[in-house]
Amino acid sequence: MAALTDHPLFELKDRRLEYQEKTVLDNLSLSIYPGERVALVGGSGAGKSTLLKALREQRPDQVAWCPQQPGLVPMLSAFHNIYMGALDRHSFIYNLGNLIKPLPAARREVSEIARSIDLEQQLFSSVDKLSGGQQQRTSIGRALIQRRAIFIGDEPVANVDEYQAERLLRLIGQQHQTVVLALHDIEQALQFCTRIIGLKDGAIALDAASDQLSASDLASLYDAV
Amino acid sequence: MQLATNSLPAISPAFTMLFNSGANNLDTSAKALRKTSFWFAAIALLCLLCADLDISTADPWHELGLMAVGALSPSVWSWSTLLTSLANTFSFALQGVALAAIAGFILALGYGSTIVRSFCAFIRSIHELFWALLFIQITGLSSLTGLLAIAIPYAGTLAKIYGELFEEVDLAPARNSPAAKQHLTHFFYTVLPLAWRPMATYTSYRFECAIRSSAILGFVGLPTLGFHLETALGEGHYSEAAAYFYALLLLIGTLRFWLQKRLLPIYLLAVFYYLPPQAQVSWDLVARFITEDIVPAPLRGEALFTASTLSEFANWFSLLWQQQIWPGLINTVVLGQISLVFTGLLALLLFPLNSPLFFRRWGRTTGDGLLILLRTLPEYLLAFLGLLILGPSMVPAILALGIHNAAIIAHLVGRHSEELNLRGDASRGLNRYFYEVLPRIYRQFLAFLFYRWEVILRETAILGILGISTLGFYIDSAFEEFRFDRAFILILASALLNIGVDHFARRIRLRLHLKTTPESL
Repeated sequence: MAALTDHPLFELKDRRLEYQEKTVLDNLSLSIYPGERVALVGGSGAGKSTLLKALREQRPDQVAWCPQQPGLVPMLSAFHNIYMGALDRHSFIYNLGNLIKPLPAARREVSEIARSIDLEQQLFSSVDKLSGGQQQRTSIGRALIQRRAIFIGDEPVANVDEYQAERLLRLIGQQHQTVVLALHDIEQALQFCTRIIGLKDGAIALDAASDQLSASDLASLYDAV
Repeated sequence: MQLATNSLPAISPAFTMLFNSGANNLDTSAKALRKTSFWFAAIALLCLLCADLDISTADPWHELGLMAVGALSPSVWSWSTLLTSLANTFSFALQGVALAAIAGFILALGYGSTIVRSFCAFIRSIHELFWALLFIQITGLSSLTGLLAIAIPYAGTLAKIYGELFEEVDLAPARNSPAAKQHLTHFFYTVLPLAWRPMATYTSYRFECAIRSSAILGFVGLPTLGFHLETALGEGHYSEAAAYFYALLLLIGTLRFWLQKRLLPIYLLAVFYYLPPQAQVSWDLVARFITEDIVPAPLRGEALFTASTLSEFANWFSLLWQQQIWPGLINTVVLGQISLVFTGLLALLLFPLNSPLFFRRWGRTTGDGLLILLRTLPEYLLAFLGLLILGPSMVPAILALGIHNAAIIAHLVGRHSEELNLRGDASRGLNRYFYEVLPRIYRQFLAFLFYRWEVILRETAILGILGISTLGFYIDSAFEEFRFDRAFILILASALLNIGVDHFARRIRLRLHLKTTPESL
């Protein structure tokens, strides 16, 4: 659990967040501390993605980012798409060589991640040949290879089956000190996260530890306005 | 294959990434593109081995220095000559494109027919300079020659573009239209309105090309900018040449400010009034040219199909083949292939200049300005300058074709890259270029490049007039020696080569699932 004496990792004070020049969230104040596992919940358009984006921009170099639109390069292999998370750690020449022909060290590193996300079979196929779920796992792989302390994911497991989703969320939790996720699956949020932030009508409607909440507490977030 | 792959990094790392020759187990949709690129580059490397790449001038820097001094101190020797040649250049171009647009439109109506399509392919496969050389024999150095030399090949090109646009839009509205059976009504109510805008855009782009063509017609003697440019450059009067050169740039660069749609009728009236297409035609000469001059020498006035005429013709042709057609074809293909790959490499290097993913605002505006400037320079003129600096070899031709065409492709690829949305944490700099952008734009890039192939080959042939031994060299020599029969056969050979390449490029585009409709190329 977060020690409140720590400095917050992310801090927003009376912020207004906009998406495509329209205010989505107003007067927003929020702190997230190291070690927390936060789930953002709320109906579509509530501003989850906008908030995640704002959080990532506060610490772009420390965050492993897993956006809703994974932005993979369709004609490159899953291997290369995962490796792209590690580009900054290698020299340009090494990266270029690895693009032409996967190099042994990169192969080992990426294969290990592929094994953990169950993508070994498809690793050298281009991602435009993969299913939605496989693409999503590629995107998670790209976040994992960054080996960063913070994971921010926007519906990172929306396209995979329930069993796999659980496994992936656990994996994400094991490999990152702090996790912030947008999740539409309330069960997943309660089970996996320590803190739930509910967004509604442009504001935080709920912010509580998940062990004090039940699924029915969250249901009201999805009621029609 | 292994050898070629190993020697490639020295040439360009940008290209090597495309050559994944199956050595690993990658199964990507980029594979076919990489393979095709590999073979094109490998063949270009082979071509390099047999190309004449000598730099024969003793001190190329000296000549370049003189040119630079000239470029910095333009001087107009005669304003009236400058303005007249500028007006002539504009007139030929506008008249030519106007006529080509009308003829092209009519031809496009019948574009479904193979005969019409082949006819269009044939007339556009002969370069405007070759048309000019042909017409000069009949209509002399007249305003009619200038008009026809531009109008004929441009009609072929516009017919193709219009025809393909009609085919493209002729789907949805047609099914809902009760007039579908009435062909023309249907066409004017459903097809034409949809195709009109892209037609206008493309035609106006072609007009810019026509100004370049018109200027270049001066190199074979018509009174346009090229005539004075060639004289001035040939005599080393670089300051005077610079003035003509800037006049050409200014003409093309300012078009969009003063050549407006509603003023078009006025300009059209003006150019036809200023330079009415006319020529002193002696019909006897025309008849002689067609029935005698261009008929292969052994067949003239002889009874056809006798054993002796036929064997003489066979001898005549085989000699022509061995000494001119075959070497001309080989050199054209060699130079064309090298230039194509060089164009591709240069375009890949330059497109970030016009891409918001690499340069923003002022950076991009400046970069694209440079590309547009490079595009404005006619390759024929660039090659002529290159020859003065570097001496006769394929090098100036490769540079000229590469710079002009790469600028066009780079501009388009850069604009295409606007559509890419990179994620917030996408890499930057070279990593971004190779991992994020290059794979995404590569398919479109190849589509543009293969569109340009036919154009590059046409230009390659024509650069022979400057002394590089492509088909144009033999064609020009044949005209100089008044051996029109040879010239005619050689022009046919170059036309067939272009048609062949156009066909081949189309097949590759289909096979690689590249977009088959052209943009402004």
